[in-house]
Amino acid sequence: MSDAVDTSGAAADGFEPRITAFVCNWCTYTGADLAGTSRLHMASNVRIIRLPCTGRIDPLFIVKSFERGADGVIVSGCHPADCHYTSGNYHARRRFAVFHDLMEFVGVDPRRMTFSWVSASEGAKWRDVVDEAVANVRALGPFEAYRALAPEDAGVAAPAGARVEAEAS
Amino acid sequence: MSRIGVFICHCGENIGRTVDCEAVTEALKDHPGVAFTEDYKYMCSDPGQQLVKKAIEDNDLTGVVVAACSPHMHEKTFRRACDQAGLNKYMCEMANIREHCSWIHEDRGEATEKAVDITRTIVEKVKHNQPLESIHIPVTKRALVIGGGIAGIQAALDIADGGHEVVLVEKEASIGGHMSQLSETFPTLDCSQCILTPRMVEAYQHPNIKLHTWSEVEKVDGYIGNFTVKIRKKARSVNEDLCNGCGDCQEACPAKRIPSEFEAGLGNRTAIYVPFPQAVPNIPVLDRQNCTLFKGRRKGLAKDACGKCKEACLKDAIDYDAEDTFIEEEIGAIVVATGFQLYSIGREQPEGLKGYGEYGYGEVPDVIDGLQFERLASASGPTAGAILRPSDGKEPKTVVFVHCVGSRDSEKGISYCSKICCMYNAKHAMLYKHKVHDGRAVAFYMDIRAAGKGYDEFSRRAIEEDGAEYIRGRVSRIFRDGDVVKVWGYDTLSQEQVVIDADMVVLATAMRPQDGVRELAQKLSVSTDEHGFINEAHPKLRPVETNTAGVFVAGACQAPRDIPDAVAMASATGAKVLSLFSADELEREPAVAIVNENTCIGCMNCAKVCAYGAIEQREICTVDGHVCGHVAYVNPGVCQGCGTCQAVCLSKSVELQTFTDEQIFSEINALCYWE
Repeated sequence: MSDAVDTSGAAADGFEPRITAFVCNWCTYTGADLAGTSRLHMASNVRIIRLPCTGRIDPLFIVKSFERGADGVIVSGCHPADCHYTSGNYHARRRFAVFHDLMEFVGVDPRRMTFSWVSASEGAKWRDVVDEAVANVRALGPFEAYRALAPEDAGVAAPAGARVEAEAS
Repeated sequence: MSRIGVFICHCGENIGRTVDCEAVTEALKDHPGVAFTEDYKYMCSDPGQQLVKKAIEDNDLTGVVVAACSPHMHEKTFRRACDQAGLNKYMCEMANIREHCSWIHEDRGEATEKAVDITRTIVEKVKHNQPLESIHIPVTKRALVIGGGIAGIQAALDIADGGHEVVLVEKEASIGGHMSQLSETFPTLDCSQCILTPRMVEAYQHPNIKLHTWSEVEKVDGYIGNFTVKIRKKARSVNEDLCNGCGDCQEACPAKRIPSEFEAGLGNRTAIYVPFPQAVPNIPVLDRQNCTLFKGRRKGLAKDACGKCKEACLKDAIDYDAEDTFIEEEIGAIVVATGFQLYSIGREQPEGLKGYGEYGYGEVPDVIDGLQFERLASASGPTAGAILRPSDGKEPKTVVFVHCVGSRDSEKGISYCSKICCMYNAKHAMLYKHKVHDGRAVAFYMDIRAAGKGYDEFSRRAIEEDGAEYIRGRVSRIFRDGDVVKVWGYDTLSQEQVVIDADMVVLATAMRPQDGVRELAQKLSVSTDEHGFINEAHPKLRPVETNTAGVFVAGACQAPRDIPDAVAMASATGAKVLSLFSADELEREPAVAIVNENTCIGCMNCAKVCAYGAIEQREICTVDGHVCGHVAYVNPGVCQGCGTCQAVCLSKSVELQTFTDEQIFSEINALCYWE
């Protein structure tokens, strides 16, 4: 399970990065489906979160991912001019142009963030994006900077679901 | 406390080969909030679905996660099963452990670990799913068709024949559009009027069609199924109910030398006029700009300078004091069919275009455009069908046809191909040769683009049977030289300069969208391309829809179109409108954004990024009715569910149902869960 992630702090040998991917439903998610139906093998480090459109992606999703221990993030949607919702990807592009610099400013290595356009027909491109992101982040090692700042009782050690359920009940 | 059922599918061997499904089941069994886990060989099969249904009923499940294939594959299947078992279908989600896991990984350990992560992530999401109901929107079963050319007429007839009311708005005095000006049509050479006028009459007399000519769309409010359209009926000065179309007013009108728009300037009309004899409706309009009486009034004369038409009218239908009136119509769907105009290539040009001064159009009377040639060749035209040149009425013995004037010229004109010119040039050359047997027809072309049924054969016929001379090359200058029109050109195949002493030159000028289409697009919140053509929702798969639900597009307002294309598009919009009208209510997925009015600060950032114009500002009032603030409101009938608004909301007051912040943050949290 998640024990592949080294939480002790030091970059151990055999480090396998955890990468969260935020993708749009119509292009990249479908492109990733195509990679599956085409049986294109790729690194298994990426977990996809499906959204309707890249325009839906709040930069806080990315901040949250890093805070929760992701070593890298991928954002991918429809190519410019191909957005299922006409212009959501343009809004995303502008947002990330600004956000990218902000992350760099606060000390997150921009190589941990991959922004890409993958269409529904680009299964092979999705594999390349995944493999490249994994290779980049693997080379960078685990993302420690943020977690070092998080207090020990920040809740990261408990199953997230358990916490939510505990509050709800 | 959630009671979620997790169902892990082996998909035969497809998942089971690389993912240890039992291990996934085991891992999820004790996950907080999970009440039931089961793995099965084929979850989508009937026994698999029964298993899900039974588990819902037996365990009183509040949510279902099916770890199997992509949601694009079987989400509907399992949501339906949940619905049948009495669980709200939006409480069911798919965890994609096939396309995104078992099919792309080889290592069983890694794949199993990932499958657990994926499934757990979706379980965390489902904990925050809300039971949702489909959105039902009432539909007004009345369509608006804007533009009464062949596309608009066809769309109106199709919808009206389907049993629904149609409001057809035409800005000119008669319907018929450009097609009514054409002499004969390619590739069959059948007479345009003969095939069009019966359609015009049919549209006029159809019990389901309400025709407003000399009218324009002023304002459009609302959304799919529920538009309110304000139509401006321009002052006609002739009472449509009283007029019987006798034509006495035109006889009496003293202003007889006004260039006729219908004759493309080659003939004259009176100030009170019917654009052409077969006009529908056959009711004149009074052109106030050119009317002697109104000229006098504008000068401030105390007494009216004329009044002959009113005297001549036995029905007392003429009203000089008529004013524009407005009517409002409740509309369910809109078809835009505003057509095209020809690029008028004279020296004077609107913004962005340069014109072709070197071709002498507008200066040399015997240099005409394609539409003017149509009028010359038309039996009902100014020359009764004889090909006579405008300057002196002589029969031209050499006619030069120039292709691509303005089209395919990003330097001076427009970059696109106007599509119809190759064909109508061939037709013009043919018509000319049929009427002037000893004449010489020379065409300068760039490429022959005759892609259509019978089109290539037709353009070949012009060359091979009717002897039109085709020269591949461009024309650099056209000017008057005594009695002839000199054409300087270049033959790019023989690489020689060509000089022709022509009697008349016909320019195949580019097709452009009608003036005012951008303003109309604004009213309809549809987009236009760089040239002003209306954008379709998808260039291949949604060619007659626009990005505004309930607004469709037909004919040459979308791109250059010939008649068969325009008619096919029009019938397609007819089918779209009829399918929209086939139910009393529109059912939509509830994946739409909802505003929390209690926290919304009314910044309207959401409205700025909404591509669909789905968000409007609403007033909020105190108990005693005073406006105390503004908030955003998302119209669920228009919202398409992209969620862009949510990402820009400053006060986190807008939530996209099915993809709420709570759901997504839970997914993010779940991904980073370790012991």
